[in-house]
Amino acid sequence: MNTEASTLKDLDAVRSMIKRHKLNDYLFGAVGLSFIILILLTLLVLFIDLIMDGYPKLMSWDFFSSFPSRRAANAGLLSALVGSALVMIITFVSAVPMGVAAAIYLEEYAKKNWLSEVIEVNVTNLAAVPSIIYGLLALGLFVYILDFGTSILTAGLTLGLLILPVVIVATREAIRGIPVAIREAAYAVGATKWQVVSQHVVRYATGGILTGVIIGMARAIGETAPVITIGALTFIAFLPPSPVTTSAPFLNFDWLWSGFTVLPIQMFSWLSRPGADFHVNAAAAGAVIIVVTLLMNGIAIKMRYNIRKKIKWQ
Amino acid sequence: MVTVTTPLKAESRDLNFIYNGGIHALKGINMPLYEKKITALIGPSGCGKSTFLRCFNRMHDLYPGNKYQGQIVMHPDNTNVLDAGVDPIEVRMRISMVFQKPNPFPKSIYENVAYGLRVRGERNKRIIDDKVEEALKGAAIWDEVKDRLHDLAFNLSGGQQQRLCIARALATDPEIMLFDEPTSALDPIATANIEELMTELRDKLTILVVTHNMQQAARISDYTAYMYLGEMVEYGDTDRIFTNPTRKETEDYITGKFG
Repeated sequence: MNTEASTLKDLDAVRSMIKRHKLNDYLFGAVGLSFIILILLTLLVLFIDLIMDGYPKLMSWDFFSSFPSRRAANAGLLSALVGSALVMIITFVSAVPMGVAAAIYLEEYAKKNWLSEVIEVNVTNLAAVPSIIYGLLALGLFVYILDFGTSILTAGLTLGLLILPVVIVATREAIRGIPVAIREAAYAVGATKWQVVSQHVVRYATGGILTGVIIGMARAIGETAPVITIGALTFIAFLPPSPVTTSAPFLNFDWLWSGFTVLPIQMFSWLSRPGADFHVNAAAAGAVIIVVTLLMNGIAIKMRYNIRKKIKWQ
Repeated sequence: MVTVTTPLKAESRDLNFIYNGGIHALKGINMPLYEKKITALIGPSGCGKSTFLRCFNRMHDLYPGNKYQGQIVMHPDNTNVLDAGVDPIEVRMRISMVFQKPNPFPKSIYENVAYGLRVRGERNKRIIDDKVEEALKGAAIWDEVKDRLHDLAFNLSGGQQQRLCIARALATDPEIMLFDEPTSALDPIATANIEELMTELRDKLTILVVTHNMQQAARISDYTAYMYLGEMVEYGDTDRIFTNPTRKETEDYITGKFG
């Protein structure tokens, strides 16, 4: 038998087999790529459509500095912008410390047993509960039982509750990303658990935690259903009392109890009006919400990138 | 003629260790640790040498369900570091550790070394400065880093990082230093540097080192213990263990017939 010939023949078989197998690579690549393009294109078209519809409004400063009005041409976003900003402050202050603390406790302190398993599963499930359910809960708890009224405080706490599971899950993920070797190094020099957590784990996990917080906030800023459920008004032609004053003590918390509107509610209200002229306002408001959300996500990505660049685990 | 008896720094008495899952990893280990000497633990992977080492600073306490039986007694105060009434943090303040892979904190070189002092509540900057310099000199890395103490430790090479970790462990004046395969992640030159450093450290403190490298044990240690399947097969002077082992298993391992 001629060995050389048989080797060559085998080689040809191997080559054609590799070619056949590689065909799947190309096929899957093509299918995946077309799906991605389809998704991105849909979003892009939607966004461009909003911008084109709302173009006349987006180009005028008056739109951002006027209150809502019965006449579409005069109506503006001012009260919704201020309302969203103030509600977000409350959301941040209520959800972030609590969520981060809860996550640290679950990850570092809680004993791993069936109870912690149940809590873990439920926290993850809470992130998937429809937002209107949070609205109902808030209506009962904050509006009726605690008597906070339909105020900025109520809305902020409601959205805080809504993003709490997001913050907890993101923080736990970030904490889990810290290598065991770093924890052991800190323990080995005699650190207590709190020293390890506060001086190492949380510090090195800050990037991941912030990313989760910002993504949660970006979700909260676009939420409509729970804010409508607690009874937020759609026509607000005034601003809440200013949080800072010119005389001592320079801080004023009356704004917490003020009525308010937020961006998505303003958009929803304009959208539900007959008449095409208000729809221009709605489109412009929609574009503003998308830009704000994209900006927040962009900041989150940039932050994560910066911190990953600084802290690279071997 | 004067007989010099080396004082004991610590000893393990009938030590058993059971992991959370029920694995009986150490079986009745008795071993002395002589002061200002290097004791090496050798044996095939999974024999329990790292488990034994990590009993000394109670690292197993970090994970739930692990059980110690028996004693590790420190001299001269006769403290049993495994006693449930002894706080593992107290133990780690006396016994420091260097790990298999260099594991500096993602902080500056200075902060890495200063951390142990900060944990001990030291706030005086001048004292910390002095201690950091002393520790970095002791770990033979001062000349390489003295101009960039505030650079990130991650920018150092692997061997430098390991010496930094030694400096971190040294800064708090430990009585015993544990080394868990300290050179297994390093190249031969960095390994030689660490070995030389360890023999210098012997003047100051007691060293227990786990190594998978028998030549390393022969080069640097005064005493060697051979472990197999969670048991201490043989312990003795390094020279004797490597030239004239009494047990057949030890001989098979060090001559490469097994392992």
